[in-house]
Amino acid sequence: MSVATAARPESTAAVWSPQWIAQRFSRVILHVAVIGLTIVWIVPTVGLLVSSFRPAVAILNTGWWTAFSPPFQFTLQNYRDMLDQSNLGTAIFNSFMVSIPSTVIPVAVAAFAAYAFAWMKFPARDWIFLAFVGLLAVPLQLTFVPVLSFFVQHGIVPDKLTEVGLPPWLGLWLAHAGYGLPFSTYLLANFFRALPSDLFESAEIDGAGTLTVFFRIILPLSVPALASLIIFQFLWVWNDVLVALIYVGGSPDVAPLTVNLADLTNSLGQNYQLLTSAAFFSMVIPIVVFLSLQRYFVRGILAGSVKG
Amino acid sequence: MASVTYDHVVKRYTADVTVVKDFNVEIKDKEFMVLVGPSGCGKSTALRMLAGLEAITEGQIRIGDRVVNNVAAKDRDIAMVFQSYALYPHMSVYDNMAFPLQMQHMPKADIDKRVKNASRILGLDNFLKRKPRALSGGQRQRVALGRAIVRSPKVFLLDEPLSNLDAKLRGQTRIELQKLHRDLETTFIYVTHDQVEAMTMGDRIAIMNAGILQQVGTPGDIYDHPANLFVAGFIGSPTMNFVPVTTSDSTAKASGFEVKLPKSVPAGKGTLGFRPESVTDRISDQTGALEMKVDVVERLGSDQFLYGQVGGDTVTARVDPKMKVEPGDTVRLGLDTRTLHLFDAQTEQALI
Repeated sequence: MSVATAARPESTAAVWSPQWIAQRFSRVILHVAVIGLTIVWIVPTVGLLVSSFRPAVAILNTGWWTAFSPPFQFTLQNYRDMLDQSNLGTAIFNSFMVSIPSTVIPVAVAAFAAYAFAWMKFPARDWIFLAFVGLLAVPLQLTFVPVLSFFVQHGIVPDKLTEVGLPPWLGLWLAHAGYGLPFSTYLLANFFRALPSDLFESAEIDGAGTLTVFFRIILPLSVPALASLIIFQFLWVWNDVLVALIYVGGSPDVAPLTVNLADLTNSLGQNYQLLTSAAFFSMVIPIVVFLSLQRYFVRGILAGSVKG
Repeated sequence: MASVTYDHVVKRYTADVTVVKDFNVEIKDKEFMVLVGPSGCGKSTALRMLAGLEAITEGQIRIGDRVVNNVAAKDRDIAMVFQSYALYPHMSVYDNMAFPLQMQHMPKADIDKRVKNASRILGLDNFLKRKPRALSGGQRQRVALGRAIVRSPKVFLLDEPLSNLDAKLRGQTRIELQKLHRDLETTFIYVTHDQVEAMTMGDRIAIMNAGILQQVGTPGDIYDHPANLFVAGFIGSPTMNFVPVTTSDSTAKASGFEVKLPKSVPAGKGTLGFRPESVTDRISDQTGALEMKVDVVERLGSDQFLYGQVGGDTVTARVDPKMKVEPGDTVRLGLDTRTLHLFDAQTEQALI
């Protein structure tokens, strides 16, 4: 909508007038800068993509840009090798089993917590919120030793969990939930706080209880914030190697795709060409997730609730 | 349908921030009561205490015979229309109106009947499936009214419901609201800062300033007999003229003229108040006379207002639109002595 109504400077200023030239000039500069930045940003990725289709020998001997001049050497061998040598089926399944609960748990908990922080009155609320958000500053590497030793002591490791009939990823879920909560809560609390208070007061008079307000008013109005949060958290968990390596790295049949792919290169030494294809393979899912959720980034979902 | 009683109600946020002070009003069943005052005078807080959105620090609020101090907002049997309308943006017009009834777990068929009925009254039949953002300001305002109507509450609370509408629509809606009040036969409590809305809509008006109730009465009563200087200055447009005077027995002496008061008052200092329409180009034995040096002439077609100096005081006069006056002229005008007000210099209370 805003695109259609945006002012078009060309139509108001006379052609070739000094203002018109100045406007044109600044636009050209802007576009050149944006395109330049995009290229700088995208070159390594393109290089990786091109490399993934080149034979191992060619990768080792020449730069990826030479692929565009004869002799054209392209192959799917890297992908074939990668698929053969890694236990992909299990790894992808594991990745989903790790990523989905590790996204749903923190976002759900954060939504409840954020509602309380934003709209409920309880003692020391702001201080608790501050402490909560302060956890953002804790480097997660710092937590590995204490958390892992806690998990080991209490049997929250894949083998022990399987023995008692719990999903082996439970420890990883808890870890990811913990790492994701401060940011999720902070983001959602700020979003909820910006909702007009009249809506809540009106709902209160209408007879809606706390939970009804949460499920029927806050959640539907927060779809854009929730969608972006889900994308962030999902991508972070899906792409994570380190956390998964620490908590489930010792159990290959539980480890997600990233750990599996990392092992692939390690066990095969300098097989750079396998890593290129593996990297692109693991990118497919996040791209699908992003594209399917991005339509929820709708602006102006609040339009019409209050004066306009 | 019920009366509403504010009984020595106080709202205090901290020890030294008191926004409503000893507020006492009895609003009769089916009455249209307007709470009016400048912004920050506590009128909205008074309404919100009745709605159950603010706790009552001291005193009692009763709806009918029931003390509602500790009754939850939803159980007070009231409905409120917010200044911002507070429509649920993700719900259709129908769902917005059905929401309060769904919260009461009313059967679907009954909800449907009530929503349809309300939308018919308000002319929203064709918009039931739309989202609020696809409605104009006036339509949104009516949806907010509809959401209140469906509940058939004992008391309607309206918090500046017209302030987001443009001037023309505001005039129309004012009339529609009065009609609605007549049809619904329910108590309405209406908060506004606009004295025109108060004068035109209220059966009675309660004027507040700085958390203190100044006067309660019918619009005519308040216009003709303001209880104090604040009320006199707040009601009426253009505002009442105020001139410092020295009184002795039944004459008041200002810097530029002297008038006979309708009754004798103790000698001393005071403020003489008279409305612009009391200063006219007609001079008779009912009037005093004064000479005005005209600064500005405002012709409205139906009226002509003169702004100028009388002695050392600024005075507004409303004269016949046919009278020929130019800025800079000095004119002789009559002051109707029957409609004079005199306020005590210290207490600002009306003496006449």
